Amino acid sequence: MARLLALIVKEFQVLLKDPRSRFVIIGPPLIQLIVFGYAATYDVTEVPIGVYNESPGEASRDLIAHFTGSPNFQQVATIAQAGEIGPLLEGQVALLVLHVGPRFERSLSQGTPARLQVILDGRNSNTALITLGYAQTILKKFNAQWARQHGLPEPPARLEVRSWFNPNLQSRWFIVPGIVGLLTLVVTMLVTALSVAREREQGTFDQLLVTPYHPWEILIGKAIPGFIIGTLEATLIILATVYWFQVPLQGNVATLYLGVLLFLLSAIGVGLMISSLSLTQQQGLLGAFLFLVPAIILSGFSTPIANMPPLIQKLTLLNPMRYFIVILRSVFLQDAPFALLVNQMWPLAGIGLVTLALAAWLFRQRMY
Amino acid sequence: MRLRGLVRKEFLQVLRDPSALAIALVLPVVLLLLFGYGVSLDSQHVPIALVVDHPTSDTMRLCAEFAYSPYLAPITMHGLPEARQAIMERRVDAIVHLREDFSEKLRRPEGASIQLIVNGVDANSARIVTGYIESAYGKWLEHSSSHVGAAPSIAVVMQSRVWFNSNVLSRNFLVPGVIAVVMTLIGALLTALLMAREWERGTMEGLLVTPVSMNEILLGKIIPYFLLGMGGLAISVSMSVWLFGVPLRGSLMVLVLASTLFLLTALGMGLLISTLARVQFVAGQVAIITTFLPAFILSGFIFDIGSMPRPIQWLTHIIPARYYVSLLKTNFLAGDVWSVILPNALALAVMAAFFLGMTRWLSRKQLD
Repeated sequence: MARLLALIVKEFQVLLKDPRSRFVIIGPPLIQLIVFGYAATYDVTEVPIGVYNESPGEASRDLIAHFTGSPNFQQVATIAQAGEIGPLLEGQVALLVLHVGPRFERSLSQGTPARLQVILDGRNSNTALITLGYAQTILKKFNAQWARQHGLPEPPARLEVRSWFNPNLQSRWFIVPGIVGLLTLVVTMLVTALSVAREREQGTFDQLLVTPYHPWEILIGKAIPGFIIGTLEATLIILATVYWFQVPLQGNVATLYLGVLLFLLSAIGVGLMISSLSLTQQQGLLGAFLFLVPAIILSGFSTPIANMPPLIQKLTLLNPMRYFIVILRSVFLQDAPFALLVNQMWPLAGIGLVTLALAAWLFRQRMY
Repeated sequence: MRLRGLVRKEFLQVLRDPSALAIALVLPVVLLLLFGYGVSLDSQHVPIALVVDHPTSDTMRLCAEFAYSPYLAPITMHGLPEARQAIMERRVDAIVHLREDFSEKLRRPEGASIQLIVNGVDANSARIVTGYIESAYGKWLEHSSSHVGAAPSIAVVMQSRVWFNSNVLSRNFLVPGVIAVVMTLIGALLTALLMAREWERGTMEGLLVTPVSMNEILLGKIIPYFLLGMGGLAISVSMSVWLFGVPLRGSLMVLVLASTLFLLTALGMGLLISTLARVQFVAGQVAIITTFLPAFILSGFIFDIGSMPRPIQWLTHIIPARYYVSLLKTNFLAGDVWSVILPNALALAVMAAFFLGMTRWLSRKQLD
């Protein structure tokens, strides 16, 4: 026990002795959390719009006022000729152009549906779709108001929309708990992926192997610092999520931490496996990177797994981050009970045990 | 002549290290495949629960409209508790609930109500699902007038057109952005690591005492990675155009020139980081945090810059990838729009000059 402790203390000293590497473990993750927490959003606000109104009447002005009065839109240009639409959209001055034709008023008074033309910049397809949704909502309100004022019959049924778990549909509530997983993964991987590789490069790993330590003792000695740093890092980020970003933590903290520990187990396993495969620090770092990028992209962090092709969906089952993201979001927003998350927990434990066993085996197998 | 020797050495170093080669050649292909095939923001066949308290011919007509939509996959459920459980387990994304008195109220003047509950955890998907259900409801309203006898009461209809990406495919907007990430990886991350290794091993000092001038040393580093980056660009552009069918509407010349500017900026950043950090662990961390992650999150690649809070929008101006992503998206989807190309290219040129100049200046100081 005492010699295991000595190994753990030594691992901590290696990590924390250099002030630059100390800073790198604590500073950047916090800065990233703040910057990305604010930057990573799918909500669209203040869309710049151009208005091309060829109809002289009051109704068209009223319709356009519905748009310009909305906090989602901001008028940046008034268009006098059709030729101005192209440069406005191409140059990204406006994202959307509203066009009311000259016959708008006449169709409206005749009772045939009048036309509102909407032209969007599709370079960012997601923004375009969301903006289109906003425009439809505004038009719906205008139509309802028009129907009331002109005594048109009400629709036979109304759609009443309610949203559970995130009533105002803030995408920040969705993204920020994901960032907890993202940053915990990045820090833990960087700490563990270099630990064995550094010793191999410096030749001290051979010395460690000829000491009376068992491979599993070395494994624990290498894993514990990752666990402690990862847990502290996760705690720091979870606190910031709750108190800085005000994302409600609806669920049970014990369930959340069980998820954190199992996730750390699998992340450390993968990190140590990569590290024992590498002969130099460089290979360790690049190997960690080769794992991190697909793991983040295929985790459901920024794009839903359900939208991926079936083959890739199956592939994501190997990705520990995928399970942790579900645990984080379910505990934070849905108040999910433990029983509901068992199916997310055991794969994490499985991935962790398999990769740790492989790492311990590789300690001895990969010697040059 | 001496320069050729340096370039040759650098090439051999990359070619003989499997991890560097993986970053330079394999990761770009993997990233493009993931974003081209794997990741998508376009939801299809969204599972929704239908709960009908009292089935009649009216409710069947409405449900048929949901089943008819290509975007929705309705599942009939018995009672709200079952549907609530399904939404907690994330088996469905939304619940449509028709109450006992739906048919009855449909024929009364105040009208019936259709309850829609969406899972708001993923705000973006929730909005998209709501849009799908609303459009199915709109179709039902049009058809229902003949059965229920109410006249359509729609005053203004919307005609939307999306320019540059008429089918609103998220692939067309993600794939050009991936090129910026790939170039950042090769230009900044790989360069930073390989240079830091020379400092760490002391081979850099060995190089400094040879008759090779500082300019030659730097050029010897820049030329091989520049060629590697251009190779990455060639792979990426060919895959985008021929494999994923992303239109390339602008000229190839503009694309190559913009990429040259960005690659020089990224190389400058990579060299600067390694000159300052000199330790692989720190250089790797700093490179990931200052180049790779911002290229991913703050460049407008996935998240729209226009939607970010003002301070973060200002911050994006110091991220070189921001200008490059904007150039790429315009060049691919809109064409040669000089009002977008010139300011962005100018910003990249200034940044390239700054980072390369800083590196040159700091490197000279190391000699004495």
